Amino acid sequence: MTETIAVKADRLYKAFGRRPHEMVKKLTAGATRDEVASLGTAAVIDASFEVRRGEIFVVMGLSGSGKSTLIRMLNGLLDATSGTVTVAGQSITGIPATQLRDVRRNNVSMVFQHFALLPHRTVIDNVAYGLEVQGVARAERLERASTIIRLVGLDGWADSLPSELSGGMQQRVGLGRALAADTDVLLMDEAFSALDPLIRREMQEQLIELQAELGKTIIFITHDLNEAMFLGDRIAVMRDGRIVQIGTPEEILTDPANDYVAQFVQDVDRARVLTAASVMEPVRSVVTITAGPRAALRTMRDLQTSATFVLNRDRSFAGVVRDRDVLRQVKAGETDLRSIIRGDATSVTPDTPLVDLVEPSVGSDLAIAVVDAKNRLLGVIPRVTLLAALGNVTTTTGELPLIEPPATISIKVITETLRDTALEGAEL
Amino acid sequence: MNDFRLPLGTIVEGFIDYITETFGFLFDFIRAVFKGAFELVDVLLVSPPFWVIIVVAAALAYFTRGWKFTLGTVAGLLVILGVDQWENAMDTLALVLVASILAIVFSVPLGILAAKSKVASSIIKPILDFMQTMPAFVYLIPALILFRVGVVPGIVATIIFAMAPGVRLTELGIRGVDHEVVEAGQAFGASPWRILRQIQLPLAMPTIMAGINQVIMLSLSMVVISGMVGAGGLGAEVVASLNRIDVALGFEAGLAVVILAIYLDRLTAALGTGGTPLGRFFGSLRRRPRAVPVAADEAPARTNEPVAV
Repeated sequence: MTETIAVKADRLYKAFGRRPHEMVKKLTAGATRDEVASLGTAAVIDASFEVRRGEIFVVMGLSGSGKSTLIRMLNGLLDATSGTVTVAGQSITGIPATQLRDVRRNNVSMVFQHFALLPHRTVIDNVAYGLEVQGVARAERLERASTIIRLVGLDGWADSLPSELSGGMQQRVGLGRALAADTDVLLMDEAFSALDPLIRREMQEQLIELQAELGKTIIFITHDLNEAMFLGDRIAVMRDGRIVQIGTPEEILTDPANDYVAQFVQDVDRARVLTAASVMEPVRSVVTITAGPRAALRTMRDLQTSATFVLNRDRSFAGVVRDRDVLRQVKAGETDLRSIIRGDATSVTPDTPLVDLVEPSVGSDLAIAVVDAKNRLLGVIPRVTLLAALGNVTTTTGELPLIEPPATISIKVITETLRDTALEGAEL
Repeated sequence: MNDFRLPLGTIVEGFIDYITETFGFLFDFIRAVFKGAFELVDVLLVSPPFWVIIVVAAALAYFTRGWKFTLGTVAGLLVILGVDQWENAMDTLALVLVASILAIVFSVPLGILAAKSKVASSIIKPILDFMQTMPAFVYLIPALILFRVGVVPGIVATIIFAMAPGVRLTELGIRGVDHEVVEAGQAFGASPWRILRQIQLPLAMPTIMAGINQVIMLSLSMVVISGMVGAGGLGAEVVASLNRIDVALGFEAGLAVVILAIYLDRLTAALGTGGTPLGRFFGSLRRRPRAVPVAADEAPARTNEPVAV
């Protein structure tokens, strides 16, 4: 198997009822969930996905959408009615119980919604539980557990009982227990849903930090879209047992697969999820520095704008020139744009969230330039585009003049100037 | 056709005759084991002077519930001594202890089995109903045939009658353990045996202890019936007083039974609900998140809830 795929689900079905296989047969033949409802509950229908190593893969859906059933099939807590699950290159479907336990000990650990700590054991013994099951000697497992306790920020609580901790701290113990088991894959079943919002945010941030540090593969179940968008490298949206869309948070937000997803994502905090790259427009008003002021002026006249972006010879972003300055230069017969390039244009990287674009957009009437690591101009975000993206209004309903700022000098003046200077040039 | 009669009784009788003849050696063996166990416990209780027993019982009382219970225990045992029923009470206590321990040894594993398997549960349940509701005299008859007169048929009848709550409450306790915690054990690759030992049994302990408490109470309620088949002790005194219409003796022996019952009930109830290491499971089961740390060695509050006899 390929090294990069940590967990793979292939055409997974899970039906609860007296004759689950008959239900799956009907579902495969095209029956809907409601049509087989008389036989039982089809919890997961035809779920296929691959989770890459080191990725945070979020499964999102409302309650009853089958996401908890799905995650329990990934470590064999529930048997798939049909289809296969592959973990670390090994199929775990239909293998003997002892082998399945080995997979759970060594490859997949889990964090639970209501923490599921052993109430009669201290924090450190809870954290060390996975190691204990793995058969690690007591001294070593306690040592490793105390490292993990520090990592999850529970210093000084090692000998407390879970009942003495707050909800957030209890879930840190749950997370610590999963981390201490030192498996590549972490399953998190609504892990932060029982926590209050502030603690939840803190835990989410900590999870991302830990993941960056430890490089675990995380499969995270949630019903909270903002959480999904915040954590997920990729998100699978589930509805009525089916996965309706798999994509990056931006793909889900900007290109929802159907009305359900669209409706779902309408309340999300778009400013934090969408990035500059996903809303930027192609650059139209642009000249290279070598083209000179006349070309710049002509571009601005054609596009009816008062400024144009200037690129260096190597296509890197140089700055912006204004029509008045260019006009003066043309009249004066100068040919070097460099002297009038203004440094007041804002440039951002493609992965800047929109929330960080609002301030520069307010401060300048110029469109914001989006540049990559090599300072190449990828696109621009005019103020209108930013507003439209934040308000989830489409900007592609025709030939809207999105160019900002509007021309401040009339076309006639420009044309005359160009003609005059052209004649002068011809005379010279 | 008018003479048709379901020959159920005859069949059972034939069956009992058959096993008496065929498995007689087996029942002799069981008889020897039960009798040996009873005599061992009886010697332990009867041979030391009465004050040793009182001191031990008082110490147990103090460590499980505190000084009030200790005073009550000492007073109760002195009353038994005062009405000259000490030896009978010790005989009865030995019988109850042996029968209860055996009933627990049988009922807890059965309860675990019933909790683990729906099939086992649906087989065990009607048998328990049968054992609990069939009048005790009825199975005393075959018990007498199989084990002969003496303490053993009393023990057997007591076990049969007292087992049911042990099985039921063990099953209930294990089924009542938070499903997610059991899942956590599974998710980390623990074997079913490890989950049972480290998660299910500790968390079900309060309920199981309530079951054990009930087993002991029901064992005591069988004392008189055991006395009828020659088990001796307080039961025999009650039976004798009934035969002689001896109100005085009947009351004294009966009161001794009540004192023993209250003592054993309070003792075992305390084991299940708090104040002891076992009781701590109960408190920690109900996880109430608390932001303020408390000292790790602070024991949970003792519960003084009275338990109806």
